[in-house]
Amino acid sequence: MNPVNYLYLAALLFTIGAAGVLIRRNAIVVFMCVELMLNACNLAFVTFSRMHGNLDGQIIAFFTMVVAAAEVVVGLAIIMTIFRSRHSASVDDASLLKL
Amino acid sequence: MSAFAAASATSTGEAVQFWVLGTVAVLGALATVLMKKSVHSALSLAATMIILAVFYLANGAYFLGVVQVVVYTGAIMMLFLFVVMLVGVTAADSLKETIRGQRWLAAGCGLGFGILLVAGIGNASLRHFNGLGQANSGGNVQGLAALIFTKYVFAFEITGALLITAAVGAMVLTHRERAERAATQRERSEARVREGKQLPPLPAPGVYARHNAVDIPGLLPDGTPSELTVSPTLRARGQIRDVSGEALAELAALEQRSGDWLEQGHGDTKGAAK
Repeated sequence: MNPVNYLYLAALLFTIGAAGVLIRRNAIVVFMCVELMLNACNLAFVTFSRMHGNLDGQIIAFFTMVVAAAEVVVGLAIIMTIFRSRHSASVDDASLLKL
Repeated sequence: MSAFAAASATSTGEAVQFWVLGTVAVLGALATVLMKKSVHSALSLAATMIILAVFYLANGAYFLGVVQVVVYTGAIMMLFLFVVMLVGVTAADSLKETIRGQRWLAAGCGLGFGILLVAGIGNASLRHFNGLGQANSGGNVQGLAALIFTKYVFAFEITGALLITAAVGAMVLTHRERAERAATQRERSEARVREGKQLPPLPAPGVYARHNAVDIPGLLPDGTPSELTVSPTLRARGQIRDVSGEALAELAALEQRSGDWLEQGHGDTKGAAK
């Protein structure tokens, strides 16, 4: 098997995640799809690291994980705040600037 | 061992592992997008992430594989599940489209994007694989640490600042300043009397002769279910078992049967007496 297959898998997962972000309405599920896209990128980075025989790709994947953790913390806090004022987790209901 | 794993050529075992687990990963990703309940989406995503951890291990990223399990499936997905429990129970996902044809357009865009990505990878000249044997020769974690604390030390420091900012931001966003004094118990009870709400404790769920589960509404004397007896959360989830009609039908059937039996027995005794 050619390790390029890992790249194809990463592309597939990224596409599914991107389509999910566009299709879904629930803010939490949209957020999960963003996480899926980040994970697909990490897989591509790790595969590239193996291709080139150095560890820089893994370092970038590690930093991506850290940024994803920070993003989840802030994003879920925002979803909680919107839910408290609007009683809904739908992204359509947050169309007004005012909470 | 680490020199052998993640070499330039892949073994048959790795190919089998890729095809089996890759299929499951894609199915999990599709389930994340397509499942109606967000809890199911979260669990599918957790499964996909565990499989990705296995792929990291297979690609020689031993540290990242473990971190993926601990951080992603352990911490981030559990955070997601907490928020789903706080938010998603009563928040139904609206299925009506606000923009006409948006779903098909989005699916088309996704398909086109996927074709573009796959074609790009297919056209790239990716024939030579160096493998991680040499890079991992001193140990994967040691190699990563050497890079993080020399070449990427500045990015690493900034990451620390990012994490602190995120933690403070989450606290600021979820913190609520109390604008007015909290009502005391006496004030709340007086307000309840003034508004004419339910004064005694709410009636208990269940029909004690047959069921006393919390998801079964208690019946009023005329056989209709009482709305007050079940939790609003269960009602929002649609998990209430309404037995009132069932119970009344069963009662009617029992009366019918006993009537039949009495008639039969009556006839029998009459026959015996004759």
